[in-house]
Amino acid sequence: MNRALIIFLMLAVTVMSPLSAATQSARETLIRNATILTAANGTLENSDILIQNGKIAKIGKNLKAGANAVVVDATGKFVTPGIIDCHSHSMLDAINEGSLSVTSMTGVRDALNPKDITIYRALASGVTAANLLHGSANSIGGKNVVVKFKWGHPVEDYPIQDAPAGIKFALGENPKRTHGTVQAGQTPRYPRTRMGVMETIRDAFLRARDYKRSWDDFKAGKTKIEPRRDLELEPLVEVIEGKRLVHAHGYRSDEHLNLLKIADEFGFRVATLQHGLEAYKIAPEIAKRGTGVSIFTDYWSYKFEAYDTIPYNAYILWKAGVVVSINSDDDERMRRLNIDAAKVMRYGGVPEQDALRMITLNPAKQLGIDKRTGSIEVGKDADLVIWNGHPFSVYSRPEMTFIEGDVYFDRAKDIAQRTVLEKERQELEKLDVNKPANGGGTTPNRVPSERRISDRDDADQEGLTGDNK
Amino acid sequence: MRLRNWDLGFGILRVLAVVSLLSVLSLAQADGSQQNVLGRAGTFAIINARIVTVSGEVIENGTVLIQDGKIAGVGTGVQVPKGAETIDGKGLSVYPGMIDAATHMGLSEVPLGGASTVDVAEVGDQNANAKAILGINPNSSHINVTRVAGITTVLSFPTGGTIAGQAAVINLWGSTQDQMSVDPTFGLVINFPRVAAFGGFRFGRVDFNELVRRRDQRLEELKKTFRDAEAYARISDAYKADKTLPAPVTDVRLEALTPYIRGQKPVIFTAERERDILAVIKFVEEYKLKAIIVGGQEAWKAAAGLKKNNIAVIYTNSFNLPVQDDDAYDSLWEAPSKMAKAGIKFAISTGEDGGNVRDLPYQAGMTAGYGLSKDDALKAVTLYPAEILGIADKYGSIETGKMANIVVATGDILEPRTDVKYLFINGRMIPLTSRHTELFERFKDRVK
Repeated sequence: MNRALIIFLMLAVTVMSPLSAATQSARETLIRNATILTAANGTLENSDILIQNGKIAKIGKNLKAGANAVVVDATGKFVTPGIIDCHSHSMLDAINEGSLSVTSMTGVRDALNPKDITIYRALASGVTAANLLHGSANSIGGKNVVVKFKWGHPVEDYPIQDAPAGIKFALGENPKRTHGTVQAGQTPRYPRTRMGVMETIRDAFLRARDYKRSWDDFKAGKTKIEPRRDLELEPLVEVIEGKRLVHAHGYRSDEHLNLLKIADEFGFRVATLQHGLEAYKIAPEIAKRGTGVSIFTDYWSYKFEAYDTIPYNAYILWKAGVVVSINSDDDERMRRLNIDAAKVMRYGGVPEQDALRMITLNPAKQLGIDKRTGSIEVGKDADLVIWNGHPFSVYSRPEMTFIEGDVYFDRAKDIAQRTVLEKERQELEKLDVNKPANGGGTTPNRVPSERRISDRDDADQEGLTGDNK
Repeated sequence: MRLRNWDLGFGILRVLAVVSLLSVLSLAQADGSQQNVLGRAGTFAIINARIVTVSGEVIENGTVLIQDGKIAGVGTGVQVPKGAETIDGKGLSVYPGMIDAATHMGLSEVPLGGASTVDVAEVGDQNANAKAILGINPNSSHINVTRVAGITTVLSFPTGGTIAGQAAVINLWGSTQDQMSVDPTFGLVINFPRVAAFGGFRFGRVDFNELVRRRDQRLEELKKTFRDAEAYARISDAYKADKTLPAPVTDVRLEALTPYIRGQKPVIFTAERERDILAVIKFVEEYKLKAIIVGGQEAWKAAAGLKKNNIAVIYTNSFNLPVQDDDAYDSLWEAPSKMAKAGIKFAISTGEDGGNVRDLPYQAGMTAGYGLSKDDALKAVTLYPAEILGIADKYGSIETGKMANIVVATGDILEPRTDVKYLFINGRMIPLTSRHTELFERFKDRVK
C-alpha cells in the first residue's frame, strides 16, 4: 500500500467517525443520577460518576463538577462498565497463519484494521475492549493483542500498552484440520489427531526449554557464542517464564486437562481455556490451577466437539471458584453479550453481579487489565456504558459508550447523523463512476462491495468462512 | 443464519469420525438423553396466574383449564372440574407456546463435521418432491432443548438448490414424524435466484455482469419448470376427466409442484435485499402464487407490493450483521418496526439449524429495543407465525378450543432471565428435561 493511500484511509477514518471533534476534548464529565452496576461493589441507585482526565474520579450522590464539565443526565438509566470480549477476531485482516503447526513467531498486531466497521458496531453494543486472538488452525498459533475500541483513532492507539502479552493455542478439531480438505498430491499437515496435537505442543516447549538453557548458559558465561535468536521459541520461553499468557482454544474436557498437565510439566499457568464448552466436567481441576475459562453461554451443537455443551457450564465453573468470562468469537454475537450474560442467571442461578462480571471484570482479570478497567471503581479508566434500561433486559440498548472518559458512541448523535449520510450516499450514487454502464439497470463492470466475513477462528488468509470456532 | 463451510470430502478420517459419531449418538440414546420424552396427559388447571392470552387482554389472577389436549377454559371465572390437577400459578405468567417459522429442526444435528447427521440440502437444483418431514429426526436432542425454552411449534425447511423442497410444520412432541406433524407439506421453499457472489473469495473475483447472467439463467430455468408444472397439471386433470386420453408419464417433481403453482399452498421464497424481494413480487404476480418471504432484511422497502399480493415476511435477521458498512448499526433490529409501521404481515424467526432455535424469544425481544412494540414482539413469535403458517385456529394464543400448547414462566417470556416452570404440548405435561439438564445433573456435584 502506498503512503498516499494510507494517509487517505486515515483521513477517511477521522472523517467517518461522527463523534471525534466535539466530544473528545472534554476532560471532565459528570454522569448524573443513574443506577450504577459497578461489577465491584454492587448496585448504586441515584448516583453520579465524575470522570476526570479519562479516569473515574468520584462515585457518589450529588457530586459537583467544574464549570466546563460535560454533564450527562442519566435519570432512569443504567450504567455498567464497558463490556470486554475475551475472544474476538474483530478488526483483523488476517486471522490464521495456518501453514505450520507452530506459528508463535506471528502476531495479530500486524493485521489490525482500525477502520473495520465492526468496531463501531461493537461500541454501539457496549463493548469497549477485546482480546484479539489468532485463529485456531494450529496447535500453537500467533500472539494476541488486547485493544480498546478507540474508533476514529490511528491504529497505534488501540492496543492497551500495559496489557500482558499473550498467545493463542488450539486443541481439537481445528488444529487437526478436521474441516479442511487435503488437495490431491498434498501431504496432510501434522498433526491429524489429538495425540499429535499434544505432542506438537509438548515438543515446542521442549525446544523452548533447550533454547532458554542455551541463553542462560551464554549469560552465565558457560558458552562463548551468542545463540541465534529464534522468533518461534522466544514467545514460548516467555510463557515458561510467566511473561506471556496462554489462551487455549479447545472444547473437549479431556484435552483441555491434558494441556493443563503439559503446563504443569513446564511450570506455567494457562491463563484461559477458550470456549471450554465442556469445562464444567473438569471444574475442580481447573479451579485448582487458577486457570480462567472463557465460554459461550449456550451456543452449541454446531460441531461435534460442541455437542456436550450445556448452558449450566458457567454456573458449575462459577460455583467451583473459577473466573469465568463470556465471549463472542464473532462480530455479531459480540453485539449481545449482555443477553448472553443475563442467561447465566437463569441457568443455575448465578447472582446478578457475578453474571455481569462475566462480561466485564472477569475478562479483565483473565487478560491482566483489571487494575485499569472492568469495573466502576475510583481510579480506574472511565470505560462505561449508559443503557436506557437494565442491561440484562432484552429490551434495553446502549445510549452512550465511553472509553477513558471520551464518548465513542452516542445513539442520539448516530441517529442525527443518518440523514447526512443518506444525503451523501445519494450524491455519491449520482457520480458518473457509479452510474449503470448501459443506463439500462445493470451496474458498472466491477465487483460489488462485499464485507469481509472471515471473522471466525478458522477463517484462512484467503477469507474462507465457516462456523468453525 | 450463518454461512457454513460445507465440506463433504470423504476420506478415511471422515469415515472414522462418522463411525465414532454414530456410536456416541447411540450411547446417548441408550441412556435416554435424546429421546423425546412424551410427558403425561390429564386435566390440568393452572390457577392464580397472570395469563398473557396474546389474542386478547392480559388476565391477572386467572385460570387456564387444559382438558383432552385442548384449552377448555380461560379467565377468572373458570370452573375447575373435580379431579383436575391444580397448578398454583401465583407469581407466574402463562403464555401460548412460541412458534419459530424458520428452522431446520431435526434435519441437522451437528452441521459441521457431522455430515451423517445433516439432511438439509438434497443434490440437484430442483427438488420440489423433497419433504422435510421425511428427514426430521424425532429423537434429535435439539427438540427437548428447544421446547423447555418455551418453543413448542416450528417450521422446519430444507435448503439447497433453487427449489429446495417442502417445509413441515411440527410440534416439538412425539415419537414419530406423524405424531409431530401439524402440516407435513405446508409450503414449497424456493431460494429465489439472485445476484450474489457466494464462494467468490474462494474462486476469485467474478465479473458482475456474469453474475447477473447466471441469475437470469437460473430464473429462466425456474420459470420453465413452472410452465412445465402447469402443463403437467393440466394434462393430469384432463386424463382424470377422460381416461381415453393417453396417460401422462408420472413426474414426481412436477407433480409435487401442482398445489403450489395453482396457488393452493404457499411458496416460501428466501430473499433479503429490496431488489430480490421486488423480483419475487414480480414472479408471484406473473404466476399468481400464494407466497411468503423468509429472510426479509429490506422487506419494509417493498411494502406496497408485499401488501398488494398478501405476502407475509418471516424475518430471520435479528441476530445478523448489517450487510453494508454504511448501513445503520441497528438496521436489522429496526426492520421489524418498519414492517409493522408499513402494515406488512410478519413473524420473527431464528433461521437456525435446531440447536439454537431457543434464542427465538431474544431475537424478537431485541427488536423491541429498537422501535417495535413489546406487544408486537410477542405476537411475532406466537400469533403472527401461527397466522402465516395457517394454524391460528389451533395455535398461537390462549383461547378456549385451541390446542393446549402452553408455557408457564417466571415472568416476561422474551426476557433472558425468565425461566420456564411448566410446559404443555397437546395438553400433555412435559418434563423440563433435556440433554442439557441430564449432563448438568451428572456433573454439577463434582465441585463438592
